Amino acid sequence: MDYIIHLALMSGIFIILAVSLNLINGICGQFSLGHAGFWAVGAYSAAAYSVYWAPPILDFLNLFIACGIGFITAAFAGILIGVPCLRLRGDYLAIATLGFGEIIRILIMNMDVIGGPRGFTGIPKWSNLFWVYLWVVITILFVVNLMRGTHGRAIISIREDEIAADSMGIYTFKYKTMAFVLGAGFAGIAGALFAHATQFLHPNGFTFMWSVIILLMIILGGLGSITGSVIGAIILTILPELLRFFGETVSQWRMVIYSLLLIVLMLWRPGGIFGKHELKIPFFGKKENA
Amino acid sequence: MSTGTESDFVYFLYDLATYLLNGITQGSVYALVALGYTMVYGIIKLINFAHGEFYMIGAFIGFFCISSGMPLWMAFPCAMIGSGLVAVIIERMVYRPIRYAGRIPALITALGTSLFFQYFGQNTLGADPKAFPKVTDFENKTYQFGELFVSTNQIVIISTTFILMVFLYWLVNHTRTGKAMRATSFDKNAAELMGIDTNKIISFTFFVGASLAGAAGVLVGMYYNTVEPMMGLIPGLKAFVAAVLGGIGIIPGAVLGGLVLGIAENLVVGFWVSTYRDAIAFGILILILLLKPSGLLGKNRKEKV
Repeated sequence: MDYIIHLALMSGIFIILAVSLNLINGICGQFSLGHAGFWAVGAYSAAAYSVYWAPPILDFLNLFIACGIGFITAAFAGILIGVPCLRLRGDYLAIATLGFGEIIRILIMNMDVIGGPRGFTGIPKWSNLFWVYLWVVITILFVVNLMRGTHGRAIISIREDEIAADSMGIYTFKYKTMAFVLGAGFAGIAGALFAHATQFLHPNGFTFMWSVIILLMIILGGLGSITGSVIGAIILTILPELLRFFGETVSQWRMVIYSLLLIVLMLWRPGGIFGKHELKIPFFGKKENA
Repeated sequence: MSTGTESDFVYFLYDLATYLLNGITQGSVYALVALGYTMVYGIIKLINFAHGEFYMIGAFIGFFCISSGMPLWMAFPCAMIGSGLVAVIIERMVYRPIRYAGRIPALITALGTSLFFQYFGQNTLGADPKAFPKVTDFENKTYQFGELFVSTNQIVIISTTFILMVFLYWLVNHTRTGKAMRATSFDKNAAELMGIDTNKIISFTFFVGASLAGAAGVLVGMYYNTVEPMMGLIPGLKAFVAAVLGGIGIIPGAVLGGLVLGIAENLVVGFWVSTYRDAIAFGILILILLLKPSGLLGKNRKEKV
């Protein structure tokens, strides 16, 4: 039972990560490969709060503050990285964000206060299903509502054609930064929840590989589709556990399977399983004519 | 009689010379790998993430050849041709179908290919580093000049790199194939209209780039004495940094970028904190992307609609 609860917790955390990366990659069309870096920033700063400064108040209040701190620090890292990098386009942006993600990891590795290469221990277990899924709902509602409003339309127009958006009078740099910083911030919340769910953080748990796995989640579901990235996150959290039932050899080949999946998806369905479409849930939400 | 400060200064100079030498050695390896990045980017505008893996494959082919008792002069070309052939197969199976799908899908595919080789290698060959076997017809000696130590390995790496680069220069600038390569990278459609089989030229470019990376792999295996399936990841990324630093798509730029990066890294390791070694490469990348995205040797180009 504990095992299933843990899986559900991790699914929730990865849903937040996937939806927030989808805001950057799928909705705004800016290709970022450094999401694990923001996740790490949020996780470490929230963990530092709860280990060193947390006042003796109710746990969920502390968790709430930790999530806020995770959001603020990761969003701040997003500003630091986004403002210079978002002038780049396409594959250059991908490489620059990859580089920043690795730099963040190396910096954490060299900080002794938060454990450095030993890892950060002694984080209280405050995350539970209720709070994780509350944040999942908040994230999804936020992104969906953002997409419906003026800002969201501007962000989508950048994905469709940046030059055309620019010439229609949209300040593309501002909206790109907005999407990037918000995405980074939500990744920070996921980090805070992750830190308080696993109670142990290690810099090697935030490698480039995890950025790729989160990317695979949104590609699997469909770049630009929120429901798609939710489903992609759930599939890729549960799949390795299911593979474990097929024996140790199969689960060893997990990353080989992922990489083949990535290649095959790109060759046959570059838009992902759902493409840009949303999965319609009957009796839920009003009909859209967009 | 030398005073204390003077001998300090002399030691500093020897230290500096040692780090410069190490830097040039490492830089020439980066340059060999960066050449492949730059050639492939120049011809089809694809950042071939899997390029570091061709370097790994070359190192492993060299490892198996030398383990089975082959002399170095035979194992070296084997590794080059082997990793070149793998690259041609990958180009044929994966990159050719995705070529017209746009740049981001191509980039993701390259990422997938890179991960595939890393984890496939880890599962079939084992994740633990393997000791590179002793080469029978080659002895590693160390020569001493004052306080400066130079090993045969370093001389071999630097001279092999130099020879391969001269060969590449000749190939690109003075042969018919090289002319076709330049034409294809300049304008693919026009080259096709002129009767150049661009698909063949692209395959050939992959072959040349990957075999240079394979050569670098064998040299590194000899230099550090270990090979492992993950060895391509970080040098691959750094070679990419080197290619961007020199100006991606420009062949002399890759060499310059590789050397600059290698020297900068070793100076950081020598005179500052060694754990920041990997951060320096990415720091250089971000600086160059912000200050002069076209690279040290590149020309600025306005973006057209």
